[in-house]
Amino acid sequence: MIEVISKERCISCNLCVSVCPTNVFDRVKGGGIPVIARVDDCQTCFMCETYCPTDALYVAPEIDELTGVTESELDTRFFGEYRRQVFKHDKA
Amino acid sequence: MSEKNHLELVADVLVIGGGPAGTWAALTAAEQGVKVVLVDKGYCGTSGATAPSGTSVLYVNPEPNLREQARSAREVLGGNLADYEWGHRVIDRTYENINRLADLGYPFPAVYEGYAYRSQLQGPEYMRLMRKLVKKAGVRILDHSPALELLVDEHGVGGARGIQTQKNKEWKIKAGAVVIASGGCAFLSKALGCNVLTGDGLLLAVESGAELSGMEFSNHYSLALAGSSVTKGRFFSYANFYYGDGTIIEGAGSQRGRSVVAKTLINQPVYARLDRVEEYMKSWMYKAQPNFFTAFHRRGIDPFRDLFPVTLRLEGTVRGTGGIHITDESCGTKVPGLYAAGDAATRELLCGGFTGGGSYNAAWAISSGHWAGEGAAAYSKSLGSHSTKRQLRGASRTVEQTNQVQSHEVVKAVQNEILPLDKNLFKTKEKLNTSLAQLDKVWNSIQQGISGTGHTEYIQHLRARESAAMTATARWMYTTALNREETRGMHKRVDYPELDTTTPLHRLITSGLNDITVRKEYVSQKKVGATR
Repeated sequence: MIEVISKERCISCNLCVSVCPTNVFDRVKGGGIPVIARVDDCQTCFMCETYCPTDALYVAPEIDELTGVTESELDTRFFGEYRRQVFKHDKA
Repeated sequence: MSEKNHLELVADVLVIGGGPAGTWAALTAAEQGVKVVLVDKGYCGTSGATAPSGTSVLYVNPEPNLREQARSAREVLGGNLADYEWGHRVIDRTYENINRLADLGYPFPAVYEGYAYRSQLQGPEYMRLMRKLVKKAGVRILDHSPALELLVDEHGVGGARGIQTQKNKEWKIKAGAVVIASGGCAFLSKALGCNVLTGDGLLLAVESGAELSGMEFSNHYSLALAGSSVTKGRFFSYANFYYGDGTIIEGAGSQRGRSVVAKTLINQPVYARLDRVEEYMKSWMYKAQPNFFTAFHRRGIDPFRDLFPVTLRLEGTVRGTGGIHITDESCGTKVPGLYAAGDAATRELLCGGFTGGGSYNAAWAISSGHWAGEGAAAYSKSLGSHSTKRQLRGASRTVEQTNQVQSHEVVKAVQNEILPLDKNLFKTKEKLNTSLAQLDKVWNSIQQGISGTGHTEYIQHLRARESAAMTATARWMYTTALNREETRGMHKRVDYPELDTTTPLHRLITSGLNDITVRKEYVSQKKVGATR
């Protein structure tokens, strides 16, 4: 499930709010980075991560339980890795 | 509906669902010069089973023997229920449309020795392009806008009504024709991309009087790393399967040995390892299906070296065959003005009683979407100016009421009957009847009134509808399965383990909501393939 929105990387464009097919994120009124409002509805499809223009999202592969992983524990190579594999024609 | 929240539109064609079938339908309809609106429960471009996946597609060069080979490859596996003519027309149509997709900008690899390698699509790239093409063709897309009911009159279907979950609005769209392309039903199993696929389109169709076909072939399970969503089973053909103590499970495999894996999983964990992959194949595998490796990589598992636990995750009618019964070559249904495409439609005509797997299913979505869009546009044109003057009413009979059964309870109860391998994969009359008694109880309680679980009123409406659709789909599946007293295609009856060779070849057509009717439709001997 989606677990991390990087505060460092996120530019508050809210694209993830729009593209998530199961409506997991909410915009924050008055701006700021979106929140993971309904993680139980996450189907672990990786689409938010794939669409994020700044590689700010990390979807853990577990579908049933949260791993509790945090931004600082994450290997930075995970950010954007999957996007680069599926959208090969985008600039890196 | 309160006036201020009401989005009212008039269109020639309304497409419900924005996956491959829906986008091909919308694109094709718009190219006929009619006004098209597409609504998606999630986001057109990311919704559904295709968008997050890599998929192969049945792209066959126009050489008669190659085409016939492709058409007949799964004929016996499908229990000889596929249709010869439809097989060829899907392969023809898919070839044309995939070539068009290349012309329109899909980045297929270059042409080698005169042959274009176009039998592999990356879902994210494919669906992002389809969204762009649909918009460019002038189609209006409403995202996060599930349909809750069709609008009908005595002449047939004339639109739909639904909600916009992120805008807290309601919508009502009058249309000359409606295409249902909202996918199949995977019962919220969390198979990749499938949680938006809750059988909504099947319920919409049956409420308006349409029939279903092939519902007994709706029990497809895919292999996946345990605890992960990535149900891409293709690479498991290189795997060996093991017990917990590391000894090999004899006879287990990803295709024919699937039952052995399933039977073992009922009682104990099963492990796998991609033992039969040569070093040179790996780079191709990473390219063909990067998502397969993502879950392994993030867990620190090397699937070529390490034993890892596997699960079989239900994909229901998504990779199964059952869906809305198609009555003509334009993917029309029994109800005038209503068309069906993709996983929402039956895939029996192409695949018989077997799963289409990636390539056949992708080809079906493209072709049926194309024909449904074309058919819906032509039908809408034929109505002329009458179409906007119709007096329409809602066709839904879902009663929403608080303090009645809650949608999350309904989901749990339905999953209890549908997800377990021993109930849905190894069927017997006794097990089916026991499950149907439970499912009927759930259905009856929904008829007394259901209340959706969710953070807004609109999400509550949606959850109520989804859980009703899942319950209805489960009842159609098991009632139909009870009526096929044999083992054929993916339909396994432990109490009837053989093909029934005495009853003439037939498909099962299912209809009705409270009282479900199943009738036989005999398959003409001439229309099935020559190789049977």
